[in-house]
Amino acid sequence: MSAPRTLAESVPPAADLPESRQPQQVNRFSGLWERSQTLIPTLAALVLLFGMLIYAEIAYGRVFHAGTMSSLLVSFAPTIILAVGMTIVIISGGIDLSVGAVVAFTSVAGVMLMNIGVNGWLAMLLMIVFGGLFGLISGVMIQYFNVQPFIATLAMMFLARGLASILSTTPVIAPEDSPILLLATDWKIIDGPKVNDFTITPGLLIAVLVVIGGMFFMHRSRSGRTVYAIGGSESSAKLMGLPVARTRVWIYVVSGALAGLAAIVYTAEVGGKAQNVTGIGWELDAIAAVVIGGTLLTGGYGYVLGSIVGVFVLAALRLIITKDGTINPEYLTIITGAVLLVFVLLQRALTRRRTS
Amino acid sequence: MSRVKTAFRTPWFWALVGIAVLLLINTIKNPAYLALSVNPTTGMLTGNVLDILRVSAPIIMIALGMTFVIATEGIDLSVGSMMAVGGAVAMQTLSTINDPNSVSAMLTAIGLALALAIVLGAINGLLVAVVGLQPFISTLIMMMAARGIARVITDGQNTNATNEPFRQLANGQILGLPTSFVIAIAIVVIIAFFMRRTALGLMIESIGINPHASRLAGIRPRPILFGVYILSAALAAVGGLFSVSEVMTVSVSGTGNLMELDAILAVVIGGTSLAGGKFSILGSTIGALLIATLNKTVLFLGIPAAATPAFKALVIIALVLLQSERVRSLVFGRKKSGGTPAAPVKPAADPSVPVSKEKEVVA
Repeated sequence: MSAPRTLAESVPPAADLPESRQPQQVNRFSGLWERSQTLIPTLAALVLLFGMLIYAEIAYGRVFHAGTMSSLLVSFAPTIILAVGMTIVIISGGIDLSVGAVVAFTSVAGVMLMNIGVNGWLAMLLMIVFGGLFGLISGVMIQYFNVQPFIATLAMMFLARGLASILSTTPVIAPEDSPILLLATDWKIIDGPKVNDFTITPGLLIAVLVVIGGMFFMHRSRSGRTVYAIGGSESSAKLMGLPVARTRVWIYVVSGALAGLAAIVYTAEVGGKAQNVTGIGWELDAIAAVVIGGTLLTGGYGYVLGSIVGVFVLAALRLIITKDGTINPEYLTIITGAVLLVFVLLQRALTRRRTS
Repeated sequence: MSRVKTAFRTPWFWALVGIAVLLLINTIKNPAYLALSVNPTTGMLTGNVLDILRVSAPIIMIALGMTFVIATEGIDLSVGSMMAVGGAVAMQTLSTINDPNSVSAMLTAIGLALALAIVLGAINGLLVAVVGLQPFISTLIMMMAARGIARVITDGQNTNATNEPFRQLANGQILGLPTSFVIAIAIVVIIAFFMRRTALGLMIESIGINPHASRLAGIRPRPILFGVYILSAALAAVGGLFSVSEVMTVSVSGTGNLMELDAILAVVIGGTSLAGGKFSILGSTIGALLIATLNKTVLFLGIPAAATPAFKALVIIALVLLQSERVRSLVFGRKKSGGTPAAPVKPAADPSVPVSKEKEVVA
């Protein structure tokens, strides 16, 4: 037998190969195990969420109550929108610290535009565009100048907060006939007895649409898979010929634009009042929600719906603290930090087992 | 000639130029800006320059701690909250003891503030060095938690206290210079001595440059990382003491708010690369002075203080762009190395990984 000339020739015929069924099955099982492992933090968050809600219902009552639920959902609508954007950014292996400040800038700028007579709908569109522009600058810095994501978005956070303060340091209020206020209209879905109504607002509906859109984008579209690929291994994604550069810039544009959208929903909710101090610490809430929901901070793994579970965990925490009069509200950030830490440690334990 | 060229390349040279330009702008607006005068009632020197030195003291402290953290390829986002913790402990202690002239009350307050900060810094160090979490997420959690702890300590109040020796920290003078500035410089000199006269500084740099190689060379990264986060927290608490002693009130949401960004900015201006490795203590100190000058200039020009972040952001953006390979090769005509986007990116230059994956191998 002559020496093989090509690689293909050197491969023995299939019949000579050892029975391959066994290892394949092992692979399938370990793959399943691996996938279920990435679900563990999300499932833990769900268990925690229901545990907290049931505890709150038993201890304080009126939790599984249409009025409570709908007011909670409506007040967390902006956080839900931010969390969807943050999920996409974090799955790509980045971080966006600028969202809170971008909310402040876009809401102050948008309301000021409405006040000088710009059409309300156009002003709202511009708010989203402004948000997207901040994201565009971060994205370009990160992709084309190799700036670390958290430094680039930290700079954007400074810039947005500072520009908001240059525009106005006092609250500005949208004109009374501004269409932005329509977004806070109460729609009664279920007319319960007394105050037990299930009401939603157009703002909440926008948040739900963003969640559905985010899920479709991340789990069903080609670009969404590119985002996962970038987070998993950027160099592999490049070698596969995926549009890494374009996608990464778009990720930050989307995150910024969603911050602009969150600003619209929030501004509507507070009756058209915008301030330069709005949104301090919102980026932390969004990051906490994403992490609690099971998305790995190193990127590559995560679910949009998980982050929504994360937002609900934060909401339930706040609900318990406000319902229980004895917990000092000063403890809120400590408790949020502790919950976040537990979930980060859980992730760390799971990823360490997988890599070793 | 060659000496001039070296000076141009030193990053903090440009920081000095920046300070000079800002002072010049102020002097053009008011020719008497740089003048010093003696306050007839207290007999102390007063002047805008001394004000700048006084407000720079806390920034120098947090920038010094941040320098070492960044040199190990980490980041400490909790320094601002740590300042609030230090200030809150001190103010709460002083208002409980309520002895306006007691030096021992001041020492107790300082001691307790440092002790709590060291405990919190140790938690940061534990999470980064032992558990192996990314530094920015561990310190982000601490940033939330420490602000809450400051609130719990003062029960959500903006506690104020009277204690003359403590007030002298920021408002007194030594040889015409603000006491807090003199103490800050003394701490800088002592720490610089330890870092440069022992191998400690070298070890920190080697961990930042290549944690894997430095471990193979026999340097144990854990105790060093641990120590670096404790040092950063302790220095931040000292910064918090300086900043509350100026007004003798701690504002639980205002003290140290966004100061972590000042610290990062000072370090980057001073020429320490955010990618870890070599650090410059002198550079960070000058960077802190530049930020203090910028803060005061913005106020002096009548722009609202809340707008200063925008100016700082522009400085940060300019600096990080100057640090990037792409701009360097464009502006300075250097040979492209690794910055080309088409080539598979090295882990260290990979922007999607804030902290090099090598760190996980070590931890």
